[in-house]
Amino acid sequence: MSDAPFLTINGRRFDLTGVDPQLSLLRWLKTQRLHGTKEGCADGDCGACTVALLHRDQDGTSSYQAVNSCLLPMGMLAGRSLLTVEGLAKGDQLHPAQQAMVDCAGSQCGYCTPGFVMSLFAGCYSDAADALADSAIAGNLCRCTGYAPIRRAAQQLRRQSCAGDAFAQRLAVYSGDGECADLPGFHRPRSVDEALARKQAEPEACWIAGATDLGVDLSHGRKRAGGYICLDRIAKLQQLSIEPQRVLIGAGVSLSRLERELAGVFPALDQMLPWFAARQVRNQATLGGNLGSASPIGDLLPVLLALDASVHLRGPEGAREVAISRYFLDYRWTARAADELIVAVELPRREGLINASLKVAKRQTDDISIVAAAFALALAADGSIAHVRLAYGGVAATPQRALAVESLLIGRHLDIDSVEVAAAALHSAFAPIDDHRASAAYRSGLAADLFRQFAATVVP
Amino acid sequence: MSGNKATMLHESAIGHVTGRAAYTDEVHPPLGMVELHPVLSPHAHARITRIDSAAAQNQHGVLAVLTAADVPGVNNTGPILRDEPLLPVDQVCHHSQPVAWVVAETPAVARAAAALVAVDYEPLPACLSTAEAIEQEQFFLPPAQVARGDAGTALDAAPLRLSGELAIGGQDHFYLETQASWVQVDSEGIVQVLSSTQHPTETQIIVARVLGLPSNRVVCRSLRMGGGFGGKETQANPYAAIAALAAWRCGRPVRIKLLRELDMQLTGKRHPFHARYEVGFDAEGMLQALKVQLYADGGWSCDLSPPVLMRAMVHVDNAYYCPHVHIEGRICRTNLPSNTAFRGFGGPQGMLVGEEIIDRIARHLQLPAEQIRERNFYSASAQPPRNTTPYHQPVVDNVIADLWAQLKASSEYDRRREQIAQFNDGSARRKRGIAITPVKFGISFNKTEYNQAGALLHIYADGSIQLNHGGTEMGQGLHTKILGVATRVLGVSPKRIQLMTTSTDKVPNTSATAASSGSDLNGQAVKAACLTLLERLRPIAAKRLNCAVDQVAFVDDCVQVAGDAKRQLPFAELTAAAYAARISLSATGYYRTPGLHWDPKAGRGHPFYYFAYGAAVSEVEVCGYSGVHRLLRCDLLHDVGDSLNEIIDRGQIEGGFVQGLGWLTCEELRWGAQGQLLTNAPSTYKIPTVGEVPTAFQVDLYRRQADPSTDVIFGSKGVGEPPLMLAISVREAIREAVAAFAPGASQVDLGAPATPEAIYTAIARLRARR
Ligand SMILES: Cc1cc2nc3c(=O)[nH]c(=O)nc-3n(C[C@H](O)[C@H](O)[C@H](O)COP(=O)(O)OP(=O)(O)OC[C@H]3O[C@@H](n4cnc5c(N)ncnc54)[C@H](O)[C@@H]3O)c2cc1C
Ligand code: FES
Ligand code: FES
Repeated sequence: MSDAPFLTINGRRFDLTGVDPQLSLLRWLKTQRLHGTKEGCADGDCGACTVALLHRDQDGTSSYQAVNSCLLPMGMLAGRSLLTVEGLAKGDQLHPAQQAMVDCAGSQCGYCTPGFVMSLFAGCYSDAADALADSAIAGNLCRCTGYAPIRRAAQQLRRQSCAGDAFAQRLAVYSGDGECADLPGFHRPRSVDEALARKQAEPEACWIAGATDLGVDLSHGRKRAGGYICLDRIAKLQQLSIEPQRVLIGAGVSLSRLERELAGVFPALDQMLPWFAARQVRNQATLGGNLGSASPIGDLLPVLLALDASVHLRGPEGAREVAISRYFLDYRWTARAADELIVAVELPRREGLINASLKVAKRQTDDISIVAAAFALALAADGSIAHVRLAYGGVAATPQRALAVESLLIGRHLDIDSVEVAAAALHSAFAPIDDHRASAAYRSGLAADLFRQFAATVVP
Repeated sequence: MSGNKATMLHESAIGHVTGRAAYTDEVHPPLGMVELHPVLSPHAHARITRIDSAAAQNQHGVLAVLTAADVPGVNNTGPILRDEPLLPVDQVCHHSQPVAWVVAETPAVARAAAALVAVDYEPLPACLSTAEAIEQEQFFLPPAQVARGDAGTALDAAPLRLSGELAIGGQDHFYLETQASWVQVDSEGIVQVLSSTQHPTETQIIVARVLGLPSNRVVCRSLRMGGGFGGKETQANPYAAIAALAAWRCGRPVRIKLLRELDMQLTGKRHPFHARYEVGFDAEGMLQALKVQLYADGGWSCDLSPPVLMRAMVHVDNAYYCPHVHIEGRICRTNLPSNTAFRGFGGPQGMLVGEEIIDRIARHLQLPAEQIRERNFYSASAQPPRNTTPYHQPVVDNVIADLWAQLKASSEYDRRREQIAQFNDGSARRKRGIAITPVKFGISFNKTEYNQAGALLHIYADGSIQLNHGGTEMGQGLHTKILGVATRVLGVSPKRIQLMTTSTDKVPNTSATAASSGSDLNGQAVKAACLTLLERLRPIAAKRLNCAVDQVAFVDDCVQVAGDAKRQLPFAELTAAAYAARISLSATGYYRTPGLHWDPKAGRGHPFYYFAYGAAVSEVEVCGYSGVHRLLRCDLLHDVGDSLNEIIDRGQIEGGFVQGLGWLTCEELRWGAQGQLLTNAPSTYKIPTVGEVPTAFQVDLYRRQADPSTDVIFGSKGVGEPPLMLAISVREAIREAVAAFAPGASQVDLGAPATPEAIYTAIARLRARR
């Protein structure tokens, strides 16, 4: 048997024996009197609880991932290493991210500040083009500053380098998770087979990937499952293969990684990902989790519908592939059997496929969709429409294609007439609901107008 | 003008970035600390017929279930009217109102036990909106009035006349730190309260009232708040009071920190308003008469609604003169949480109505809105003068026209307006809009007695200093500004001064830190205390330096003969000598704002010591397909007088503006049919992120041409609230862009907040009308 479960924080090892595995990291930090990490919502929406998780990719590169500690149950963290705001300064010597915030007057009440510091800190050690851009801090709410000084702090950091400092060195020698025992009720298999066997043994146990959906319930003490099978250590789920005919995305690939590594392949995906939550969530959230939740407002689902994805499942009976068009059955009910695991999603690459996506929310940055739409179109040699997909989220109980309107368009040219005919049909294609995000009328209107907006980019 | 450019960084900046700065609930928990969780009403309005807490009480780890019967003193936390029971006796008045509180060893136990408390209700009819309240005539207090001239006759006589209505949404404070308190009854029976409160004295009073104690048995301290914005002016009190009650009943230290969803469901917000107006004007757009009826949604209890309403009423005029004005205001009683102070305190809602009216006039006359704005500015030089407000106070040190002209030039307003018109001609589905709007905001509490402050200064024999004042720190940088005042007067470095936690046992009878007056009032009180001690030190110094008393100067941590830096002593040597000479080195300071008077019944007087001025230009682009808008550029010019601290003042301007931007665009409160708040978390209630703030965001401080006629601390001006209203320029820019979808429209209605759906609807409405 391996060692007792532990967690390394700021280089110090904490024994997790006896810790409630469903407790969020944030609440547990408070029990350790590590008060620097703040609770602003316990929902994943404010970023005040941001910590930097050490993460090692399959290719062996390590990084600091800004994540929301309120969404991470302790059971997922056995063996892992992370930094909190208390771990950055050496005595009076501030980390550059902290110094920049001080220099630029980035704090007023200070309650959001540790979260911003940790987001900026993680950005300092990333070579992504947007590592210290607005997108690095869009998941951190501040009610005092109006963000201008924090933006200046990020700018100041862009002119600096942390290469070679103690934190960079720690990354360089980081060799991944420490091996240790699981916390009770949280299983952390290393392979798909092991995961499936565990599910057979414990049918009430629930798959958990990035925990950005399940973590919200856990954080609020709601809906606790009998057990959890963590998917984040299964190499197979981390595959991302870009082939000439298709792209295969492992169910456990994080959205941040998709953003980076799949950029330029599918415009519809590129256009949607930046509007999906914010950095901390995208660092954890997976494509499998979005499909697993099967929410009518899951933003990647219309994109998968538009791109004719197929879902690769593995269950006790073996592997099968389900076309995305047959995947969503009813509200949060899918063709996947409870004991099946989503292993990957396959996206065919079609020559000349025009595709795009649009998302409308009350607040454009980091908000849940009112309506999300993804469109794909291929034209025949004569310019008529040979293939079309009009897929929507937020207009029905499941993500849906407007099949009747698609057939209406086939064979026609995409001229003003066709656009208007299709838009009129789209207006009444769905029967959306009224809720606190928007009225049904607005949603119906968007179904039509987002298509008009897309069409205008194809035939201006 | 001293042109002080003090730029001391926030005194807690290092604490903030390292996580070492502690907040109320993080103070080291004493042994035996227990926690609280409420039992919430599932009805907006109901009679309570039975509360059975036996099952909860039997849970392991539960100490008590507190109900109205447990209150030893007065079961009421109402700050103005006594209409707010801490624990309901026989009725609940809003959805999610706490009916009882469970005291338990851990939050989890408290929460689980709360679910076991059985409460029976008989539902009563609920009033869930201002519209319903108006219809059912559910109001608090008689109508309030501000009037000058004869608006009725002048309306009849006016060449042109328009009328309309405007509904304005509320706003959750969304301070990042939710309501928090921590209470312990010490060995001497003194109730020690640590609260995230903007008003420690009132928290002290309410705790004492609830426990039936005199004020001297309660000490309330406020360490630092993770944001307040008015939301912790009165509404910190119930949570301090319930924690105090629990501590009193159970003999254990008690901590409470509301979960975000509870904070949003339980606490009041910026008042939603409903306005009806009639305006008379001439063909040039000059205002002649104005009649406005304002309805504020007070919620279930009165709280601070009367002064909020009054501030709205005295800000409808904003920067514009109108000879005949009649404004009437009413507070609606609804079965919703009790609305309260929020940055601007009604001023923003009043001003929004004023700007709505100006825009109506402009579109009716087909003139640019900024022209109507300029023409109607208050002006001291006009003949006859147009410089007195509807409440009969002259517009003190009016700089609006000069500030406006400067901003128009620096933002290249006219050129950009041209450019935008061209852009719009060439773009069918994307339209841009630009707008410039002014702010004139009255500084001082409307209630005259609140305009006083105290300070307590100790100099120790070793030359180190402790400074206490009555203001609280919520991120606005008050402590930093106060440190700046003290160092400037005493001629010492900030390192020498320890700023102490705000506490009612150091400075009593304080006012709320609110109304943008924190540094005006407390700064003066601190200055007075400093001057008192300097006067005592001067003779000692004169003797030591061998000079006349009036030659003694305090500079750079030394005392010296003025103009002769060679004849000096270190400050610490002087204080040691003063101690040896048996001179008292402790003094209080006190300040009251001069010249204020206000008759609330007549709505007339001189309520404001001075006005803060500002203006903003915003440019937006609206997508006609979706109603989504993007803010492209903002230019702000704001008058802070001679800034006490430019870094902090800029922070207040930027932050206030973005908060106003949220109120007017993405922040939307939605209530369910049962009166429950549907948008009770940041997943559904959206405050701006960095993504909503344009990168082209220019903020400048206005440099005035003449010395002010008032004597504010070092020539500064309050800056907490006024910049929020600069965001009205965003709303007006959106309206311009919407209007561009139907050029020539004589009226452009736009919801407040202007969410994508509201914009989409506004465009659709315009297109349909054509
Ligand atoms: C602040 C915030 C913002 C958000 N914004 C958005 C947004 O803009 N758009 C959006 O679409 N969503 C959003 N979400 C929801 C969430 O992030 C996504 O649904 C995400 O894709 C979930 O992925 P995960 O890996 O974290 O899932 P988890 O929480 O780990 O799991 C979610 C569900 O999927 C199941 N599951 C996970 N992996 C598999 C698998 N391989 N096979 C079978 N079942 C599996 C789980 O059992 C669970 O039922 C947001 C969430 C938060 C907290
Ligand atoms: S506490 Fe708000 S995101 Fe975690
Ligand atoms: S500084 Fe107060 S919330 Fe950001």
